[in-house]
Amino acid sequence: MSAVADQPLARNAADADADGRVLVRVRNLKKHFPITSGIVIQRQVGAVKAVDGISFDIYEGETLGLVGESGCGKSTTGRTVLQLYEPTAGSVQLREDGELRELTEMKGEDLRRMRRRMQMIFQDPYASLNPRMSVGRIVSEPLRIHKTMERNEQEGYVEHLLERVGLNPYFVNRYPHEFSGGQRQRIGIARALALEPGFIVADEPISALDVSIQAQVVNLLEDLQEELNLTYLFIAHDLSMVRHICDRVAVMYLGKIVELAPADQLYENPLHPYTQALLSAVPVPDPMREKRAQRIILTGDVPSPSNPPEGCNFNTRCPVRFGLCYDAPDPGLIEASPGHFVACHRVG
Amino acid sequence: MAVLMEVNNLVTRFYTQEGTVYAVNDISYQLQEGETLGVVGESGSGKSVHSLSIMGLIPSPPGKVENGEVIFRGRDLLQLPPEQMRLVRGAEIAMIFQDPMTSLNPVLTIGSQITEALKLHMGMNNNQANERAAELLSLVGIPDAASRLNNYPHQFSGGMRQRVMIAMGLSCNPKLLIADEPTTALDVTIQAQIIDLVKRLREEFDMAIIWISHDLGVVAGIADRIIVMYAGTIVESGVVEEVFDDTRHPYTLGLLQSLPRMDRSSQRLVSIEGSPPDMRNPIAGCPFVDRCPVRIDRCVTETPVLEAVPEGHQDHMMACWVDVRELDIVAASEGAKQT
Repeated sequence: MSAVADQPLARNAADADADGRVLVRVRNLKKHFPITSGIVIQRQVGAVKAVDGISFDIYEGETLGLVGESGCGKSTTGRTVLQLYEPTAGSVQLREDGELRELTEMKGEDLRRMRRRMQMIFQDPYASLNPRMSVGRIVSEPLRIHKTMERNEQEGYVEHLLERVGLNPYFVNRYPHEFSGGQRQRIGIARALALEPGFIVADEPISALDVSIQAQVVNLLEDLQEELNLTYLFIAHDLSMVRHICDRVAVMYLGKIVELAPADQLYENPLHPYTQALLSAVPVPDPMREKRAQRIILTGDVPSPSNPPEGCNFNTRCPVRFGLCYDAPDPGLIEASPGHFVACHRVG
Repeated sequence: MAVLMEVNNLVTRFYTQEGTVYAVNDISYQLQEGETLGVVGESGSGKSVHSLSIMGLIPSPPGKVENGEVIFRGRDLLQLPPEQMRLVRGAEIAMIFQDPMTSLNPVLTIGSQITEALKLHMGMNNNQANERAAELLSLVGIPDAASRLNNYPHQFSGGMRQRVMIAMGLSCNPKLLIADEPTTALDVTIQAQIIDLVKRLREEFDMAIIWISHDLGVVAGIADRIIVMYAGTIVESGVVEEVFDDTRHPYTLGLLQSLPRMDRSSQRLVSIEGSPPDMRNPIAGCPFVDRCPVRIDRCVTETPVLEAVPEGHQDHMMACWVDVRELDIVAASEGAKQT
């Protein structure tokens, strides 16, 4: 993303920074995975540009939604922000003691200390809990790794955490296979809370759950946010749930953010043609509305992130593309109205 | 419209080492010609097992269709000898599955997989079958169809593979297409493409569709009538507008209330407490009783039967002892949480 593209974001950010509301600041973040060829001598022959220059701020106490289709880089973004992947370029800052501190340059004990402030809830509650560990050991593992608590205090604390996420504290000695999907996700949430983080990346935390269980987990996440003043990066592809839970939403396509706006504004007045198509494709449980619905059907598939198109990377599927979309460089984010950013040559 | 298929008192169980799983418990319904029937339910509600039972595809052992009949165009499919059932499957009733990645054979070309049914059921020779396969592929919106017949499944994207599955399903002009969560593995823009395609094709081919899904939104858009399943039973059925706008069963109502709506901003979600019952226990009383915010004593002991709803559309049925119209179910579910 060009420096010009960052200007409106920077101006907006300066205001927010003044009152110290920014908890996480991401600038120009890139994560490219190398594609190698050869057996003995490996040469790099290309790169999967999973995340290709994105910038956003997350304010304290808010939920920022990150939506997009599979392969658009939303999970990679979450993991790179947490430094679980080493970024290819760009900056990630997290506030510590009132000051934004650069994570990408940190190592060792410094980084480990920052990790206590940021935790993750995973998508698949069947894969993210070790089947050979009891619930008590799973939830207390972060405490053992970070040595934040004496062993004799841990047991009571784990029981308290289980209670807080709506599980019976009596479950500490049970194993993951004894629980349903919704209960396992609660265990994962308890583990994420163990170090009392301020910032949590929730990577599709409800998409593996049944419809009737999803609402329970979402309500729990909202209650915890209120009680503990948590800040969420909520990664999801269920656009209805994102509107419900998020304050602001960023839409990703092929490694870039194409639109970022307060949730209601994004859903009422989407500006980017991709957001418009994405929203129009979501089915609503209302037969009358569905019968009237005018769908924008995008043709074709998402191009490969190892070989994105020249110009605007949506130009292969965009229903309103024109000359500039092929000739000009990638459109950067511009602020179309206060707080509403969009990257499209058609806007502005 | 004439009745195409009648399912009567279907019961399917699985006999496993951990005990008997009561997967489908006495369900009955009718399917009209050319109609799209949506079957919704959560995982384990028996919606897929019921469709496999119709197709005679329940693995046995451990599964067994214990009771019931499936009258399809005058014959009971459950009584047909295997070789005759094989003539029905693929020709008169076709099925498409959730995961297009695993339901295509990775070592055979797309062409050979589509032509298989054409040669078997329609008696075509190689040339005729290839020609028809190319026609079908372009019908489902795959560009440059003739040359893509020689491609292998890995050369297609997920949405394209589901199109191939649909082409295979349609190859013998079936009277009934059973689609088991056909868009669940797909992204939402690709899902919109596939739904659009199926809507167009059902008119062209004049076939009935059973569309199985857990997504109430998808079903609202595609189905004429719907069946809501819970714990292997039908809890509510009817014309889609009736079920969504004049919902009578507490489970259906709970599901609709627990869904956030994309077309409006919402307050706190009203969730259904608890989780679905263990299907290893035979049903005693109402299967939803443990989670129901408006249960009465009768629900514990007596299993409700599927009957026409009071003062409703004639086709609208539900299995519940309580008339939810008289109750404030939101207040009831909040109250249930506090106790």
